[in-house]
Amino acid sequence: MAGHSPTIDSKKLWGGGFSPFNVSYGKIMMWFFLVSDAFSFSALLISYGFMRHHFEDSWPVAEEVFTHFPFLHGDHPLLYVALMTFILIMSSVTMVLAVEAGHRMDKKGVVKWMAWTIVGGLVFVGSQAWEWYHFIHGTELGALQLADGTVVQWLSDAKNAFVYPNGIEVTGADAAAMIQSGTEVYGANLTVNEYGLPTFGDFFFFITGFHGTHVFSGVVLNFVIFVNVLKGTYEKRGHYEMVEKVGLYWHFVDLVWVFVFTFFYLI
Amino acid sequence: MSATHQDNDFLFKYIFSTDHKMIAKQFFLTGSIMGLIGMLMSTIFRLQLGYPGESFAFLEPILGSWAPDGVLTPDKYLALVTLHGTIMVFFLLTAGLSGTFSNLLIPLQLGARDMASGFMNMLSYWFFFLSSCVMIASIFVEGGPASGGWTIYPPLSALPEAIPGSGMGMTLWIISMALFIVSSLLGSLNYIVTVFNLRTKGMTMTRMPLTIWAFLITAVLGVLSFPVLFSAVLLLFFDRSFGTSFYLSDIYIAGQALEVDGGSPVLYEHLFWFLGHPEVYIILLPALGITSEVIATNSRKPIFGYRAMIGSILAIAFISFLVWGHHMFVTGMNPFLGAVFTFTTLLVAIPSAVKVFNYLTTLWKGNIKFTPAMLFAIGLVSTFITGGLTGIILGDSALDINVHDTYFVVGHFHIVMGLSGTFGMISGIYHWFPKMFGRMMDKNLGFLHFWTTIVAAYGVFFPMHFLGLAGVPRRYYANTEFPMFNEMYDINELITVFAIIAAVGQIFFIFNIFYSMFKGPKAPQNPWRSTTLEWTTPVEHLHGNWPGELPEVYRWAYDYSKVDENGDFVGGDDFTPQTVPLREGEEDLSH
Repeated sequence: MAGHSPTIDSKKLWGGGFSPFNVSYGKIMMWFFLVSDAFSFSALLISYGFMRHHFEDSWPVAEEVFTHFPFLHGDHPLLYVALMTFILIMSSVTMVLAVEAGHRMDKKGVVKWMAWTIVGGLVFVGSQAWEWYHFIHGTELGALQLADGTVVQWLSDAKNAFVYPNGIEVTGADAAAMIQSGTEVYGANLTVNEYGLPTFGDFFFFITGFHGTHVFSGVVLNFVIFVNVLKGTYEKRGHYEMVEKVGLYWHFVDLVWVFVFTFFYLI
Repeated sequence: MSATHQDNDFLFKYIFSTDHKMIAKQFFLTGSIMGLIGMLMSTIFRLQLGYPGESFAFLEPILGSWAPDGVLTPDKYLALVTLHGTIMVFFLLTAGLSGTFSNLLIPLQLGARDMASGFMNMLSYWFFFLSSCVMIASIFVEGGPASGGWTIYPPLSALPEAIPGSGMGMTLWIISMALFIVSSLLGSLNYIVTVFNLRTKGMTMTRMPLTIWAFLITAVLGVLSFPVLFSAVLLLFFDRSFGTSFYLSDIYIAGQALEVDGGSPVLYEHLFWFLGHPEVYIILLPALGITSEVIATNSRKPIFGYRAMIGSILAIAFISFLVWGHHMFVTGMNPFLGAVFTFTTLLVAIPSAVKVFNYLTTLWKGNIKFTPAMLFAIGLVSTFITGGLTGIILGDSALDINVHDTYFVVGHFHIVMGLSGTFGMISGIYHWFPKMFGRMMDKNLGFLHFWTTIVAAYGVFFPMHFLGLAGVPRRYYANTEFPMFNEMYDINELITVFAIIAAVGQIFFIFNIFYSMFKGPKAPQNPWRSTTLEWTTPVEHLHGNWPGELPEVYRWAYDYSKVDENGDFVGGDDFTPQTVPLREGEEDLSH
């Protein structure tokens, strides 16, 4: 693009009096992208709220769904997801430390803290895979899908009586006939969900999947920047702004998780 | 940026260019071709509406199996209507309009060398190009293109087996829109940061031409609304392909209940119209920005109420996110909620009226130059008023229910959004053609083009209000089965005749563009005697826009016919470019 025209370099691009936010265009771009992405997530979370409100009475309770913890038996409602959340938030802390080290031009510090951030991200993605596995796998007991499509829970291991999501219990001969015509279901996928409404599973897979994709791409971005840090690219450039930019993305992804966690698990 | 490619390298000058002026031309060309295709589609389905069931022998060789014996089939009528809407709204008036003029004018009017990221800008165009190709390709797949209307409501869009167009064509529609959203995001981010960060010295926010304000806010609207459509079509894609039921519930096909359960098609409508309404202003605002510029220049007067214009752009943009429910008054919405949406919708009338009155007061006692650009700009003011008035009727939930999904709605949005958007775009092309191609367009052909277009356009869309008030529903293949609509035949025939005239009238324009591009007289430095920065760049484009230093700006963009205390023009001419320093005792009109 040389020819007869002057070569443009990014330093000379700004010919104006003062830069309004006193930040580079790249950072503003990242901020606007994040706002845009926030709207994507908002759309999904609001859709989730819309449907959940619609099925207020029969919506599965998260504490009864996510009760597993690796290597431990028994009920541990939301314990593992709390740990995941803690790890992800800690990876945000290490990211802050990486950015801070970048400000001091401390290459060793950036390398150390970015490495921890990447580890934190990978542990989170791995944990999510584990959550998915258990959600898909389901409980040993399973549940019963009646002929009309409603999923009801067994009252006991004997599997001769069940309870509707709204609390109505069916026992005896009534139950036997309905069990006869129903099918046993285990675990959840996009069309069946042993914990209740399939819509719950649909939204769970979609939203945590969409978020997980974001975390994964964040890990990839962090890794690319990490390699550049190792190669000394930013040392030569004189600043670690790229670390800051991926840092913004990383914090955003963490923040979104806080909302997903709140709406899916806590409320 | 590396200096590896020479300017004479065809591939990098014309194809993979990162120069904003070339990318603007690429958007212009691609968008216009799409617009032309969209217009031809409308002419074909208008034939069916004007002359239902009549055979047109010439259609068969063009459309093949779509029109056996020269009669358009009902399936393909729906396909054409759907694609016409999609192409016109997204490809012509979103990407074609913003892509062309934001790219061309933002760096030029702000005094920047180029967009913030030339590479992202190039990507933005190529995603748009790919998206256009996929959309066009969808015409040729089995079952035809998407046929559920441009709003692709489920269940027609969510069940591949629902109608022929719900299959492969619908999938390609979704893919095309996903690419389109990526393109829009890349472009918008670039526009926003360029306006914020790359203004030249002295170009404060309140010295920017109103075009730039409009493009900036349009880009912000795009960044905030398209991601919601993205989420919506992603969910739709899951419903189609992976058996989820976000939007589906209690569906029966041939008496057989489908397994899908628990979703809600109304949810899709909410998500779609959260994009859909800001989208109207993504189309309108650039057109209004262009009009502000063209009207001020050709009235030789400063734009009336510069700050009020900025304020109304911001107000329109803000309110546009609060009104989506007025598209959904008949979905069984709570009447109280309907009243809320009625209130917010009618609020839009205030900033819109501010804009209209400012245009009129700018024209008032101006020394008006009737260039083709000016005529189209005035045409926009006219259509914006006409369409805006019917908007008040449709925005009211009690009145809307009576005319919902009739031709009244079709007439309304074609006038207020379709015509205004297109007129703004055409006006911009006439005005900035000398900047884009270094040559002047033919004036007389321009006049011919304007008068055929405005007469034919009103001839098409004005009678639709009568059809709508009589209850004629939109999107129907034919109304021959309803005796009560018998007396409407003549109106439909009239509309079709005008539609054909409007289409034929565009030949003047197309000829004018291509003729002038190669044979037009060479453009002078500042053909419209305008104050803004783009006319200080050399007529022959160069990468980097200005050969030497960037120009410095000392005043706002609207110093037309400024007089001193003796009543003489300041500086001896009826305009003072932004690059001229303030003279002694001269007042700076910007704030």
